[in-house]
Amino acid sequence: MTPTQEPDTIARRWFLDQCRYGLGSLALAHLMRMQGPAATRKPHFAPRAKNVIFLFQAGGPSHLELFDHKPELARFDGSLPPPELLEGYRAAFIDPSSRLLGPKYGFQRAGECGFEISELLPHLATVVDDVAFVRSTVTDAFNHAPAQLLMSTGAQQFGRPSMGAWVTYGLGSESEDLPGFIVLNSSDTGPSAGTALWGSGFLPTVHQGVPFRSGGDPVLFLGNPPGITRRLQRDTLHAINGMNRIQLERTGDPEIATRIRSFELAFRMQGAAPELMDISTEPAETLKLYGAEPGESSFANNCLLARRLVESGVRFVQLYHEAWDHHANLTKGIRDVANDVDQGSAALIKDLKRRGLLDETLVLWGGEFGRTPMTQDTGGIGDGRDHHPGAFTTWLAGAGIRGGITVGRTDELGFRSVENPVHVHDLHATMLHLLGFDHTKLTFRFQGRDFRLTDVSGNVVRELLA
Amino acid sequence: MAGAGALAAPPASVDFAADVYPILVESCAECHGPGQRMRGLRLDARPSVLGAGAPGGLVVAGHPDQSELYRRVAGLAEGPRMPLGSSLSSAEIAVIRRWIEQGAAWPEGVGAETREESRHWAFVAPVRATPPPGESAHPIDAFVRQRLARAGLDPAPRAETAALARRLSLDLVGLPPSLRDLETVADDRDLDRLVERLLASPHYGERWGRLWLDAARYADSDGYEKDMPRQVWFYRDWVVDALNRDLPYDRFVVQQVAGDLLPGATQEQIIATGYLRNSMVNEEGGTDPEQFRMEALFDRMDAIGKGVLGLTVQCAQCHAHKYDPFTHEDYYRLFAFLNNADEAKVAVFTPEDQRGRDAVLDGIRAIEDDLMRRHPDWEARIQAWEESVRGNQPEWTVLHPEVDDLSTGGQRYLLLEDGSLLAQGYAPTEHVAELTATTSLQEITALRVEVLTDPNLPLGGPGRSVYGTGALSEIRVEAAPADDPGSRAEAWIRSATADIDRPERNLDPRVFPHKEGTVRLTGPVHFAFDDCTDSAWDLFDGPGRSNQPRKAVFVLDKPIRHPAGAILTVYLDQSHGGYDSNVGQNNNLGRIRLSATGTPGPVADPLPAAVREIVERGSGGRDPREHREVFSYWRTTVPEWREANRRIDGLWAEHPAGHTQLVLKERPVPRTTHVLQRGDFLEPGSPVEAGVPRFLHPLPARSELSRLSFAEWLVDRNSPTTARAIVNRIWQAYFGTGLVATPEDFGTQGERPSHPRLLDWLAVELMDSGWSLKHLHRLIVTSETYRQSSSAAEGARAADPQNRLLSRGPRLRVDAEIIRDIALAAGGLLSRKVGGPPTHPPAPDLLFKPPISFSAKPWPASTGEDRYRRGLYTFQYISAPYPAFETFDAPNGSTACVRRTRSNTPLQALTTLNEELFVESARALARRVIADAADESQRLGHAFRICLARDPLPEEMALLEGLLAKARAQLADGSLSPWGLVSLDPGSGTPPDEMAAWTVVARALLNLDETITKQ
Repeated sequence: MTPTQEPDTIARRWFLDQCRYGLGSLALAHLMRMQGPAATRKPHFAPRAKNVIFLFQAGGPSHLELFDHKPELARFDGSLPPPELLEGYRAAFIDPSSRLLGPKYGFQRAGECGFEISELLPHLATVVDDVAFVRSTVTDAFNHAPAQLLMSTGAQQFGRPSMGAWVTYGLGSESEDLPGFIVLNSSDTGPSAGTALWGSGFLPTVHQGVPFRSGGDPVLFLGNPPGITRRLQRDTLHAINGMNRIQLERTGDPEIATRIRSFELAFRMQGAAPELMDISTEPAETLKLYGAEPGESSFANNCLLARRLVESGVRFVQLYHEAWDHHANLTKGIRDVANDVDQGSAALIKDLKRRGLLDETLVLWGGEFGRTPMTQDTGGIGDGRDHHPGAFTTWLAGAGIRGGITVGRTDELGFRSVENPVHVHDLHATMLHLLGFDHTKLTFRFQGRDFRLTDVSGNVVRELLA
Repeated sequence: MAGAGALAAPPASVDFAADVYPILVESCAECHGPGQRMRGLRLDARPSVLGAGAPGGLVVAGHPDQSELYRRVAGLAEGPRMPLGSSLSSAEIAVIRRWIEQGAAWPEGVGAETREESRHWAFVAPVRATPPPGESAHPIDAFVRQRLARAGLDPAPRAETAALARRLSLDLVGLPPSLRDLETVADDRDLDRLVERLLASPHYGERWGRLWLDAARYADSDGYEKDMPRQVWFYRDWVVDALNRDLPYDRFVVQQVAGDLLPGATQEQIIATGYLRNSMVNEEGGTDPEQFRMEALFDRMDAIGKGVLGLTVQCAQCHAHKYDPFTHEDYYRLFAFLNNADEAKVAVFTPEDQRGRDAVLDGIRAIEDDLMRRHPDWEARIQAWEESVRGNQPEWTVLHPEVDDLSTGGQRYLLLEDGSLLAQGYAPTEHVAELTATTSLQEITALRVEVLTDPNLPLGGPGRSVYGTGALSEIRVEAAPADDPGSRAEAWIRSATADIDRPERNLDPRVFPHKEGTVRLTGPVHFAFDDCTDSAWDLFDGPGRSNQPRKAVFVLDKPIRHPAGAILTVYLDQSHGGYDSNVGQNNNLGRIRLSATGTPGPVADPLPAAVREIVERGSGGRDPREHREVFSYWRTTVPEWREANRRIDGLWAEHPAGHTQLVLKERPVPRTTHVLQRGDFLEPGSPVEAGVPRFLHPLPARSELSRLSFAEWLVDRNSPTTARAIVNRIWQAYFGTGLVATPEDFGTQGERPSHPRLLDWLAVELMDSGWSLKHLHRLIVTSETYRQSSSAAEGARAADPQNRLLSRGPRLRVDAEIIRDIALAAGGLLSRKVGGPPTHPPAPDLLFKPPISFSAKPWPASTGEDRYRRGLYTFQYISAPYPAFETFDAPNGSTACVRRTRSNTPLQALTTLNEELFVESARALARRVIADAADESQRLGHAFRICLARDPLPEEMALLEGLLAKARAQLADGSLSPWGLVSLDPGSGTPPDEMAAWTVVARALLNLDETITKQ
């Protein structure tokens, strides 16, 4: 200890700086509101979006079967790709002798915009006029974990703050009862890169994503133990946090501030979460819209939960569905997975729209990369596609997004983004822009350097903006 | 300090390597180094500073004022002062000046050698750095304080002694200090004694073993979809024990990588190879076993890379490493060292079991010795017997059948060179394997089914059950003429003989439960052709004798006679497993070989295969073990020795079952390793020979290319990363961040060390101490750097926000398991028992059932002491991690983890507030303080000291008193009932209300940030 030092100066500064919350003298009620609107940083300009729902299609969905119709690819099915296509192409997995694989499914035009969409996505076809498709998305990484990290954190390495963390760091949370950043997972396996995808990196840990379970108890140990009433829990937390605050003042460790907040939030979650996560109270019509079934663990349920969470003020909801890695068995595999996600994705847009939430909620849909027009197996006999960072489709809908448009174009084989390539960093820049932030100015100084979600790149994709 | 322009008094003489080079590396090389090389300049490389191509005037020997290097760092040049953004201290500037004045000598061998492509720092073996001179006697402090001084920072003051006792206890044994520890520690000498006591504690191995087990990706289940339980805890205990006896770290690694290959390998050394076997196993239906053997090898490479070498090697699995000089071929050359082992599961014995086993084996030997003694003619008799049986077997023609893939229920049969079929992958509990073979034999009188052992089978086989045995429910044979496959006809079996023909018994429903509750029988060989699938020929013969090859001969009712040869279809019905293949209830045959003969009326050779082999070899050149083996069989054929044989059978029945452990077993015939194109096992490229990457140190001269020499290479004194990697991880455990912040990657993409010379000094010191990890721990915890207070003045925190400069003591939330241990210890519930099978403390059922779990997983709740064992012992399912630990960032064991994250979330708060065992600990803590102390303030102080090793501040006391009062009031007014909080038997006669109120207070204390924090 350094007794001469004003004991709580640093902690106070930390609080005021990071949480807009003062210490000791401020009442507990303030603590409970500390990540409410008062906690937000000032946006750089008027935001179009308040919330974000990212439907992460982990594994790498094939744009060639879903969004990017390539008749030429069908025509050259089974033949070797033109050598100039692969010239200078740097990727670990491509074997130049791999043959082209025609699209496994048909496409049809949909909506007023006439977007050509796969027969695998009949539900999504009904909302294309609300969606902006980016057919020219590109990324830098060709393996799952690094590419998922790049999409989720803006960097291929572990340890950077995730986009949800950046967003809650920037805007705080509207919810006093729930974390600002919630993660839902609906696949059998977790995503390849694991919890780092929703970590807070060097941002205060208060901003890290909190995984909720979509099946069973939403959150383990949510209920008080036998004999503890809500009132007594409240009293207990008062004592715990009071003592934690004393230590915060004495040690200056900002981690204690996060701990205090964690306990407060835990208490409020105990009040709010059970009801919120119980979708059985939704009207049958809504359940049917999503194809959701209470008690199941599914992507559809998670889409419905995402709407409920956003409705309750959760700033950033990230769904992971790791199921798209079709190196083999593409024909059946992609049909099954498309079937699992199509209805929920489309229902989310419809449901947000009819509730007036789509205007303030940005929905993003995409994976960490696309897939090759070549088959994975030498000789062209296989039924699978390899990882492909050079071109894939992502889509956006909602707040500030111009619906019914397509940005970018790939070549005739769906191999390269030949028009208006949109890098992952550009998507991030656009997302932050819609949230009211100049992505070059939402920074955090760490180890002598100002870090940002978009690292040193990123351009707002103006064409996407309404 | 560090005045801007003022010059410090120049030191009398400077040494380049000790004084100058560290400044260049630490302050300049980030921009002018291997990474960025700004302006084409590398200040860590001699040629770039002094060589022919160096910029003119950069260093003019003897003339600092004409040297751009000096002018820039001193702020005398036109261009910006270097280093940008942070000046050197005046002392450092003076060192540079003096060095140039002295003639700017830069000895060969120091730093990078080329201008362009220097060797990355971590690829050059560490040399012992000289601790900077100064006040600090402790080398760690000397290095750390020099760095602090450069940053203009002062170290934090000493932490209080009691706080240090708690820090030491949590660090060294992962448990809070006992109250007695606290009472006996008053000064530094007491602290030193405490250090020694803790280092000698059996809990030291538990604490530090957990860290190694993270890197060793330890889990108690297979992973992937089925995630079946596996027994590997002997390996866990081996780690704990090895650390406790301070097995030198180099031996620690060697035994884990190649303990089985050490001369006269002990059970312990073989168990150590469980390290490599901790890879996940996929027994999903229809998997290709070879694919997942490859995945396991990739995982082993990754674990050795991250855990031992501190290098990420997996990039090179598919292609040359993008950043490090590690080629695709390098990867597979290393891989080749590991690629020659079988995936064995062997029986292992606790010391107690081992004694039981010795008693059985010694007893048998004594009886046999006695027989020999009492019958001195035994040698002549055995010889005569051998003559009589030698060559008495009919000629058997081995069939090479094809397996109908659809008949195996997802199991794969791998055809081996000897014509046998090895069952692998998914193990269904019921299937009828259909084997079809064509033979040129014109007459077939009988079929022989051999069920053989194999290292890849549980306990070596011959079956796939948990005992390594199997059962044949029914066999059927059909035959067709080779020239007319269509006219297939049943070939009825008339009689059978086998070399194991146990009496009838009921199949154990605990091991092989049957849904319908049907009584199923196993026993003699005729059960295999009794036209009833409820009875089976059984290979099980008790724990000591089950794992040996078996055979049965089935004589046909009518010989099959086809002049053009025959097509035989053999149906092997294996339906004597349980109902749930997801938890390992199969009872399948493991390795099957079919043969046919035309000899009339053959019987199964009663001689065990090994005895037959010895006998047929003739009597010359036998070793004593072989003599004994023949005798042990022969005595069973001697009618008048019935009584002795009966006694021996009785002894066998007492043989302990032991446990199992996954280990490696080297293959006699090596596999060829190929470079796998894009890491795909289906695309083998050119073959490679085992070898090591050129950018690392060479293999010791004249080493064989074996896994053992690979292991020795890993811990070679010349290894540039091995000692640094373990030193760094241990440092990380103490201070939160390693000296290298990327413990998994010392390569060029990793972070540069914060204190490179300290890292190297520690690495060399570790090796010089005989790789004693306890020595390293002692060094760290006796430093003043470690003993600083963890509170930080505002300025210091701002200047060193992550404590990378070590300007204060560590303050870190403890690891997941220790959080639980602290609570149990506070409540006095913690069991201090070391080792043994994993435990199953309370956990929400739903985690182990679908849909959350792929299939229902056993979670037999532990009772008694096992409910309160240390977190280390909690059963770890890869796919269903124990939630109280997962929430606090414990890794799940699917892959090597050398750096846990340290998150801070509301879910953690919910866990410590509401989870069953935490609440139980609070209840126990309440009971403890009520029993130990009389009045309220004494009790509060006592509880406080138990949890935090200090007395409460008045404000803290007030908060606790307030909570106690509120709880009492609510109990008094009836808004709260005590009966949920206190167990039905509160004991000690304390009124339930009072017990409940204290439980509330105890629960609050267990939830304090400080309680779960090392500070």
